[in-house]
Amino acid sequence: MNEQTAKTNGANNEYAVQLIGMHKWYGDFHVLRDNNLSVKPGEIIVICGPSGSGKSTMIRCINRLEEHQQGRIIVNGTELTGNLKNIAEVRRDVGMCFQHFNLFPHITVLENLTLAPIWVKNTPKAEAQEIAMKYLERVKIPEQANKFPGQLSGGQQQRVAIARSLCMNPKIMLFDEPTSALDPEMVKEVLDVMVELGEEGMTMLCVTHEMGFARKVAQRVIFMDEGQIIEENNPHDFFDNPQNDRTKLFLSQILNH
Amino acid sequence: MVETKTHAPGAHPAMPAPLATSGVIKWAKDNLFSSPLNVAITFVVAYLLFKIIPPLLDWFIFDAVVDATSRNECEEKGDGACWAVIKVRFSQFIYGFYPENLRWRVNLAFILLIVALVPVLFDNVPHRTKALIFSALYPIIAFFLLWGGLGLEPVESAKFGGFMLTVTIGVAGIVLSLPLGILLALGRQSTMPLIHWICVIFIEAMRGVPLITLLFIASTLLNYFLPPGTNFDLLLRVIIMVTLFASAYMAEVIRGGLAAIPKGQYEAADAMGLKYWQATRLIVMPQALKISIPGIVNTFIGLYKDTTLVLIIGLLDPLGLGQSVLADSKWQALSDEIYVFIAVGFFLSCFAMSRYSLYLEKKLHTGH
Repeated sequence: MNEQTAKTNGANNEYAVQLIGMHKWYGDFHVLRDNNLSVKPGEIIVICGPSGSGKSTMIRCINRLEEHQQGRIIVNGTELTGNLKNIAEVRRDVGMCFQHFNLFPHITVLENLTLAPIWVKNTPKAEAQEIAMKYLERVKIPEQANKFPGQLSGGQQQRVAIARSLCMNPKIMLFDEPTSALDPEMVKEVLDVMVELGEEGMTMLCVTHEMGFARKVAQRVIFMDEGQIIEENNPHDFFDNPQNDRTKLFLSQILNH
Repeated sequence: MVETKTHAPGAHPAMPAPLATSGVIKWAKDNLFSSPLNVAITFVVAYLLFKIIPPLLDWFIFDAVVDATSRNECEEKGDGACWAVIKVRFSQFIYGFYPENLRWRVNLAFILLIVALVPVLFDNVPHRTKALIFSALYPIIAFFLLWGGLGLEPVESAKFGGFMLTVTIGVAGIVLSLPLGILLALGRQSTMPLIHWICVIFIEAMRGVPLITLLFIASTLLNYFLPPGTNFDLLLRVIIMVTLFASAYMAEVIRGGLAAIPKGQYEAADAMGLKYWQATRLIVMPQALKISIPGIVNTFIGLYKDTTLVLIIGLLDPLGLGQSVLADSKWQALSDEIYVFIAVGFFLSCFAMSRYSLYLEKKLHTGH
């Protein structure tokens, strides 16, 4: 009973991620203003918008790398509050990939992958290594297992980062501009992995400027500006028939160059 | 005759480098004779070395006297260094006034120190995990060996002296100040105001006071605060003061390392669900310590050399003993020999630490 109130508290449990009237401030600066978003399990959502529009901040609120000050965030039935237990629970379900990969440079690729399963989930080392190799094969770099991250190319590092998140068996994946720091020829190898992941039914929220990716795999595209979700639509209508003037301007700027 | 053989495109084999682009000749060309000024400096330095080194060698080795019973006898036998004074007083320079029949305990403690250090310093030692258990127990073993107890005859620390005293204070200070420094550095970064301010005040207070002041506090002032009748060993008090002093510097060195860790490392650890102490131990500290190695070893070396300051409160470290030897009528005023000997003793330890830190930096470099 108690657990149920803590977990659901009236929110709709059929959503993987739900933001309800969510606001965030950095000091006096109002970065996120009244955002509402409901993501169904298995849905792939691409979030785009000009820099400084709050898209990264919004997805970083979903696993509490940033704290929101008003409104509600419910992830997989668990509401994010100051309660550390809830935060731990949400982070167990949510994997994240960063623009700069954030691999741990002092340990090998394999150790990067096994660290969280061993220490957070208490998985035995041999089993954790087996799982890690399975995911390294899925991102097609099992031969790099014993190298250090610094010896890998950017694209390989980002694939390791994706595999590292998958080792924790997340239900939801957050991508914060995963290809923005990559050389053009490496973008594809990372996007291929993400496409495959989406096809397997992973719930994904991606902040990205890869409009080809959005068109191809996203079920919904969200446009943000000045801390607010301004427009959301299926990719077809979003790209071919944008409603809001700011969306039109943004699209014309990034698509026509 | 230059080889003019042609190769198909892309099929050119690797060939040995032409003469004077590698090896000794290249080195000499680059470093000694690269410009007219450099050539001139090379010759001036070579001339100075030619003038300085032979007389130095004469003093150190060829004209030196090793066997003699007094300074006068030394002077009769040769005009180089009178190493006889070191030879006669050698055991005192090593053990101070530690009882002769118990010196095997000091020797054993020293051998065990090396056994305990090997698995800490090198990670390719067989059975390292088990060996590290011994290393962790070593301080307790060493304490009982040196001070006695548990059936061993007690030795009061006033008898400790010479390099044994230096090593005791130095090693204890090094071993204790690193973990304390890590905790202080983390505490200073803490978001909890109480912990943050305690650490800041402690670090600034320790750094703002000369070590000699702390040693005087250890030797005199502390008696006023301790309950009357307690006899708290002076050497232990000194070790505590040296540790506290060094740990404040250590904390600042490690704070520098912590500041160099990108925010993304903390975020990745958070996103993966690691708890604070897990993230600190597995992700943040290994990287911060690696960055801080030069500064940490610098602090170690400083601490080790600062142990000579204990002569001011009457402990007989090598310098303290050296002074008493200088006052001996048989060996009067042989200050060159004594100070050179002590300097060499300190240099060897400090140089070893410095080389080890270079080895460690190289080993931990993972390429990026």
